[in-house]
Order: sequence, then C-alpha cells, then structure tokens
Amino acid sequence: MKELIVIILGAVLVENFVLVKFLGICPFLGVSKKVSTALGMGAAVVFVMSVASAATWLVQELLLIPYEIEYLQTITFILVIAALVQFVEIILKKFSISLYKALGVYLPLITTNCAVLGAAIINVQRGYNLLEATVYGAAAAAGFTLAIVLFAGVRERLEYSDIPESLKGFPISLISAALVSIAFLGFQGLL
Amino acid sequence: MNLLKTLNNGLLKENPSFRLVLGLCPTLAVTTSAINGIGMGLSTTAVLVGSNTVISLLRKFIPGKVRIPAFITVIAAFVTIIQMLLKAYVPTVDKALGIFIPLIVVNCIILARAEMFASKNKVMPSIFDGIGMGLGFTFALLCMGSVREMLGNGTIFGIKLFGSAFSPAIAMILPPGGFLTFGIFIGLLNKFTKKKITAPGCASCGLNCGACEGKEEVAKL
Repeated sequence: MKELIVIILGAVLVENFVLVKFLGICPFLGVSKKVSTALGMGAAVVFVMSVASAATWLVQELLLIPYEIEYLQTITFILVIAALVQFVEIILKKFSISLYKALGVYLPLITTNCAVLGAAIINVQRGYNLLEATVYGAAAAAGFTLAIVLFAGVRERLEYSDIPESLKGFPISLISAALVSIAFLGFQGLL
Repeated sequence: MNLLKTLNNGLLKENPSFRLVLGLCPTLAVTTSAINGIGMGLSTTAVLVGSNTVISLLRKFIPGKVRIPAFITVIAAFVTIIQMLLKAYVPTVDKALGIFIPLIVVNCIILARAEMFASKNKVMPSIFDGIGMGLGFTFALLCMGSVREMLGNGTIFGIKLFGSAFSPAIAMILPPGGFLTFGIFIGLLNKFTKKKITAPGCASCGLNCGACEGKEEVAKL
C-alpha cells in the first residue's frame, strides 16, 4: 500500500508528466483553452492510460519476454496502443452512449499522445508489477489532467489581459506554462 | 535545383519546430544542452530520411485506409534501428536522451512528412525532404539547446563561456526554462517575420495527433 501511495504522489506531483517530464505537450497546449474541455480531455486520458498501461504490461510479460523479442518493444507498444484506442471507442459506442459522447471526441487524439507510450515504457524500465503499472498509468494521467485543468484556468484569464502584439496567443501560453512549471518545481523534494 | 528548394524548404521556410510548431515534446525536453539537441536532432533526421524513403517506395502498395498504421509501423522499425545503434555506439547520448528515443515514433513531424510528402512524391524528393526537415529540426534544437545551456550552465558544448562572476540561472536547464525559451523564440519570430504563429501546428499535418483537431472538434461541441 505504501509503495502505491509513493507511486501516486510521485507521478501526480513530483514528476508531473506535462510540466516536469514534457510528455503530452501537444494536447496540453492545444486543448487547454477552456476548463470544461480540459476536464473532458483529462478524463479520456486517465481512462486510456490506465487500460494501456495494463495492456502493454501484459504484452511485455506474456509475449515479448518469453519469446525474447524485447527489442520489438517500440513497434508492439505503439500498435497495441493504437488498436486499444480504436477498441475502446467501439466498445464505448456500443455500450455507453453517454460516456462515448463525453469522451469520444478526445479518443482519436490520444493514440499519438506521447504520454501513453511514455508511461508504458517507464513501467517496463522501472520493473513495476501489473498493479503498480496500472496505478502508475492512472496517476500519471491524473497528473496530466491536473496540469491541463490548472493551465486552462490560467489561459481563461489570459484572454482578458493586455499582452504585447507579438506574444499574443501561443507564445504567451508557453511563457505562462513556464510559470506553472516553476510552481511544480516546488514539489521536487517531496519524496 | 528543385531538390535544393525542397531542402531549403525544410531548413528555413517551413522549419518544423519554429514555423510549423510540430514535435514540441522533444523540442522542450531534451534541449538542456547544445549537444543533446544535436543528438536528438540527428537521430530524428535519420529516422525521417529512412521512413520517407521506404514510404515513398511503398506509396503505390499501401492501401489508403490503413496507411496511418502502415506508416507508424515503418517509422517504429526505423526508431528501433536507431535505438539499437545509439545504444551500441554512443551510449552517453542514449543515456542523456533516454525515453525520448523510443518516443521519436510519436513525433508528429515524421508522421506529418510521411502523410504530406513521402506518400505523394518520388523517392529522391522524399529523401531530400527528409534531410531538409531533419536538419531544420536539428537546427531548432541546437538554437534552443545553446541558449538554455549558456544561460543555465554558463557553457556551450561544455566549454566555459563566462568568468567566475557569472552565476548561471539553473531554472533555464530545468523544465520551466524549456517553456520560457521556446515561448520567447516564437515571440521574437512573430515580431520579426510576417507569418504569425498563434497555435501549435498540428493543423498543418492533418493527422489525429492532438491539439488542432481537438480544437476544431471542441469548437463544434
């Protein structure tokens, strides 16, 4: 239990995927204009990353290691993740229309989100077991959600500020992301 | 002559980092020093040239509907090759870049060039497009890496630049420095060039990789 709490705290705060590890920057900057959409994206990422972490762990342990083909890790993982996202989409469409309506639009965006593949690779590197891997995936995604929602709040404020012409839009978002990132540096010594 | 134009297109006119704003994760993450930037840039260039070549050769055989998975598989194969070569011959670079080597697979630049250029053009132009885009990316990473290393560590390529009175701003080589440097670079480019960049450039690649499509879909909601 104690290990799991350490993993969760570490993944959410100390090594936040977006602000410290630089994984998943594209959706972080793209889908963070409004707090509500940021929450939707975050929920979809939490869902996919938990499932993908478990699936890639199983593929690694049951397929790649027994047949000694670990060098095919990158290819297998990206294909598993791509297939998985499609699969989740089909299942959601069939069984839970309301959930599909809430998360569906974000699902295709997640396949090439580097956070998902990143979490899968980190799980293998750190030698987590199935439970730890799934928890790490979910916690890292929760960290992503925390960052994107906080940042969406900052950006909603930016809309009303007086900003120099050449910094408007994308550049000022990056500079404010730097400030949010400085705040997260404060968690460095936590664990 | 046309090939040179293709080359120049990637290097300056449509520089993947500074003009198209693709592949943000490695641009921000590995540029803590100039040498890391070059390592990452050249690895990406190698993958890009390889994947562009193969995809251009196969462009008549890959059915349209499954082209994205097919492209990703080709790209992943080249990433695996590069990963093994780096591990064998330059383990220090491999260690410094870490997880971002396998993550070259999901770098939008490579998929974007496969989709926009290699799948529609002959082999030679595709190779030159790969070289041009790759070197453009390397150049951007080198700029980012040099600035961050200079300000954050007081060195460039490991050579000390300033006297002992200079105390480096360590934040520049920590994560916030990445966001800040890139933001200022884009801001300066917006100030001194005609084309304004207001959003990350995934729209230009027409793929599902994230930001832009998200925005359109979100706009519809």
